[in-house]
Amino acid sequence: MTETAHPDHQPKIELTGVHKSFGEKKILRGVNLSIGKSESVVVIGGSGTGKSVLLKCILGILHPESGNIKIDGKDVVGVRGRAKDKHLRKFGMLFQGSALFDSLPVWQNVAFRPLQAQGMKKKEARDLAIATLGSVGLSPAVGDLYPAELSGGMQKRVALARAIAAKPEIIFFDEPTTGLDPIMSDVINELIVKCVRELGATTLTITHDMASARKIADRIAMLHEGHIIWQGPKRDIDHSGNPYVDQFIHGRAEGPIRMQVRKV
Amino acid sequence: MNPLALIGHTFLEFLAATGRLGHFTSRSISHCFRRPFYWSQIGRQFVDIGYFSLPVVGLTALFTGMVLALQSYSGFSRFDAESAIPTVVVLSITRELGPVMAGLMVAGRIGAAIAAELGTMRVTEQIDALTTLSTNPQKYLIAPRLIASTLVMPLLVLIADIIGVFGGFLVCVYRLKFNAANYISQSWQYLEFRDVTSGLWKAAVFGFIIALMGCFNGFNSKGGAQGVGAATTNAVVTASILILVSNYLLTGIFFSGK
Ligand SMILES: Nc1ncnc2c1ncn2[C@@H]1O[C@H](COP(=O)(O)OP(=O)(O)O)[C@@H](O)[C@H]1O
Ligand SMILES: [Mg+2]
Repeated sequence: MTETAHPDHQPKIELTGVHKSFGEKKILRGVNLSIGKSESVVVIGGSGTGKSVLLKCILGILHPESGNIKIDGKDVVGVRGRAKDKHLRKFGMLFQGSALFDSLPVWQNVAFRPLQAQGMKKKEARDLAIATLGSVGLSPAVGDLYPAELSGGMQKRVALARAIAAKPEIIFFDEPTTGLDPIMSDVINELIVKCVRELGATTLTITHDMASARKIADRIAMLHEGHIIWQGPKRDIDHSGNPYVDQFIHGRAEGPIRMQVRKV
Repeated sequence: MNPLALIGHTFLEFLAATGRLGHFTSRSISHCFRRPFYWSQIGRQFVDIGYFSLPVVGLTALFTGMVLALQSYSGFSRFDAESAIPTVVVLSITRELGPVMAGLMVAGRIGAAIAAELGTMRVTEQIDALTTLSTNPQKYLIAPRLIASTLVMPLLVLIADIIGVFGGFLVCVYRLKFNAANYISQSWQYLEFRDVTSGLWKAAVFGFIIALMGCFNGFNSKGGAQGVGAATTNAVVTASILILVSNYLLTGIFFSGK
């Protein structure tokens, strides 16, 4: 199960035996995953299986109980202070609900990190924000609006701009297309592919939108009941031989994955 | 459930919450004194907490001063002690009613607003987003609110004191026909510097409590809109109770001599 993508290179991100629970609820039960440099991995899995929790563990927002998380070969579980700053600087993250700061205009959202954490001058930060907005197809005028004035699709694009503004080495996309219409979903997918290619970034995307997964991924992994139960190159997804994966990608109610509709 | 077990459980829960609050408080305070300082956030909170609370606090103080004069008159006139009214008004307002009434009003206005804002930021992952953008959320969100609220409350209360005393003056002079010049000179006669400063110290403590309870409840809220609602209610209730309790304790400290 723990095959390494590029055995001759050091993986960019490497998870071994990551466990995370909330109280009695065990969410991650030994996740093993390794992502090579500039590789694009998509994790699929049902709602509430802990996909977002997985990202937050890697970022250090949540602390796993056990297991190792290595970035560039360095263990990052429980890093603090300077080391944590350095760790976070490598990342850009697109949140599930965009998570834009609604008290700030769009351009200050996009240039938040340079402006607040890196001491960039306002003028310069604004130019950077406008340029980044341009690269996700938004006009400079959008920069002066507030997030609440934008549609869901535009918010997603602003959030994407914010994630890539500081040119991170690693980008996480948490359900980038959820809640968008199919056309806007495709626009976002295209933007992700384009931005990632331009930056040469390593990416980990979470989704349950198979169209999106097929577009973005080099490799797909499926998370189920706290384990990665299958992973392989994108072309193998349709003949994985794994009944869980088959059920998921075809969206069937019948199969080995039982939705717990009776409980609660 | 067994009633004893329930009591024990509640008590343990209370201890755990107190511990969490203590930890949160000490970390938040330490963030107030360590760089980086987000000056624009601090300025913004000054305006939100101080300036926009002026109308509410001013009106509260005005009517408190007025009713105080009216009540004192109806009581004191029974034994011809009307001349004590200016002193009673000015001492009550500066020592107790100014800070406490302003504190409770601001707790309702600001404590709730802080809890709702931070709670919403928590459930919409904006707080996590701050972390991923290399910004410590406690430093960026909490420290500015604590600093601004603690510093601006004494100013608000000073203004409330003046307006409250003026309210008493209005009632006495225009309704009860006191002599205006006498009223003013009597107001000053027995007023000591520390009557005012003790009230201002209280105000600073109340300001800290209000922002702290708003931040603590909002920052730790979970579970969507309902969680934010609960956080808001808790922030106002706990801040109000802590204001009343600490007011008693502080009065004991300031005026233990007499
Ligand atoms: N901070 C938290 N505290 C308690 N439970 C949490 C927390 N974050 C997530 N969970 C729980 O973990 C489970 C997985 O959540 P999540 O990773 O968001 O699912 P998804 O795979 O849909 O992204 C959910 O049941 C959720 O309730
Ligand atoms: Mg999720």
